[in-house]
Amino acid sequence: MTSDRIIIAGAGHAGGSAAAMLRQLGWKTGITLAGEEPLPPYQRPPLSKAWLKGEADADSLALRPLGFYNDADIELRLGTTVTKIDPAAHQVTFGDGDTMHYAHLILATGSRARRIPLPGIDQANVLELRTAADADRLKAALGPGKRLAVVGGGYIGLEAAASARSLGAEVTIIELMPRVLARVACEILSNFFQDFHRAQGVTIELGAGVRALEGHGTVTGVRLADGRLIPCDAALIGVGGVPNEELARDAGLACDGGIVVDLTARTSDPDISAIGDCTKRPLPLYHRSMRLESVPNALEQAKQAASAICGRPPPAPEIPWFWSDQYDLRLQIVGIPFDATEIVVRGDVAAGKFALFHLTEDGTVQAVEAVNASTEFMGGRRIIQRRKQLTAARIADMAVTMQELAA
Amino acid sequence: MPKITFIEHNGTPHTVQTAVGKSVMQAAIENNVPGIDADCGGECACATCHVYVDAAWIAKTGLPEPGSQEASMLSFAAVSQPDSRLSCQIKVTEDLDGLVVRMPEGQH
Repeated sequence: MTSDRIIIAGAGHAGGSAAAMLRQLGWKTGITLAGEEPLPPYQRPPLSKAWLKGEADADSLALRPLGFYNDADIELRLGTTVTKIDPAAHQVTFGDGDTMHYAHLILATGSRARRIPLPGIDQANVLELRTAADADRLKAALGPGKRLAVVGGGYIGLEAAASARSLGAEVTIIELMPRVLARVACEILSNFFQDFHRAQGVTIELGAGVRALEGHGTVTGVRLADGRLIPCDAALIGVGGVPNEELARDAGLACDGGIVVDLTARTSDPDISAIGDCTKRPLPLYHRSMRLESVPNALEQAKQAASAICGRPPPAPEIPWFWSDQYDLRLQIVGIPFDATEIVVRGDVAAGKFALFHLTEDGTVQAVEAVNASTEFMGGRRIIQRRKQLTAARIADMAVTMQELAA
Repeated sequence: MPKITFIEHNGTPHTVQTAVGKSVMQAAIENNVPGIDADCGGECACATCHVYVDAAWIAKTGLPEPGSQEASMLSFAAVSQPDSRLSCQIKVTEDLDGLVVRMPEGQH
């Protein structure tokens, strides 16, 4: 049986954007957007920030108003997922047993929080932060005088810690590595964020393993490997994400720590695309492939998939970028510091306004990490795009403007 | 509800209605206007909702404060011009009924 329908498996930022972009590019026939959560596509970044602090409502979280899907003739199937793909028959099976044929399938299955098999992990108030429901549970556990233990000093943990502090909670961050953000940022940045969080009253335990979560049904403390107990009313586990690639793997699609795609978001099956957190994608600027967990990546790949399906030329490649808001700090990162051998500081780290330029041996700028320094972030993006080579002395010299550096 | 017209780089106009209090970026996203990416969702962190404000409307929308977050984001946005704004930073008011903005060729 042939179909002229596009099915999108996963209704997060990537899936929701792909559906909208297909309509923008003139796709006329059926689109089905299926997602496990009960909500239409919404923005996840505010969950650890404005949403947690009660500064955003459900309307402002929604990617598009509910009426949009009806107006755009996009069938929303919420509370269900694609559980099986039959590539030969061009057919998917949903969780409720329904089957449907597709002309093209887009996998936007996202990533899930990494689970660590610790004693006591299944108790109440042992939380993770991926979904709006997770954020609601965390919000309910926070408040003045409440004690939050954060296991994992990554972006989610640090953002949640900052929001929890602003709600008056006491926060302890427990990190296995010798510094926070160890997997994703350089040491200067890690130290800066550690100092800043500590100045805000957050306790940070570094090089600290977790042995168990204590409690009798509800968590009451985190037992460290060295035997100490960190008492808490809730524990947030934020130790990274895992790609939801099982559906693709079961269907025989190439996976390698993410569903392998090309720059048009195609998988190893030409009639199946994959976009967002679940993919391992090429980064042409760096001649590498990797998995990225970010909204800009989800949107870029949604654009790639929609363009390819609609027969449009591929969009210009973008440079990966990330942002994080904590307290009154805005961190913006552009590029990835592959093969960088030198870090040059521009600005004043102690004053909380600076940028770190990551250079390779020949002075090529690979990445810029900017704290409260948007001009450096934007200028850095242009410098990276143009593969410019700069000297450390010029970058560090504040008398040389970013306009001059990027020229 | 105020009307806003977005003109794509290729000249295609899109006129939409939106509620007072929303941002011009939200008006575009809610109506699926092509050409506004809005990666960061309105946090003034990405400069992918860049528009050029029609000359007749500059007085009403204003320009970014020098030294502001918006101004620094725009300093290197794709093809920045003197009439550039980040549409997430323009709040829709009754006064802006009829606003016309144009979009750059790309947002990245």
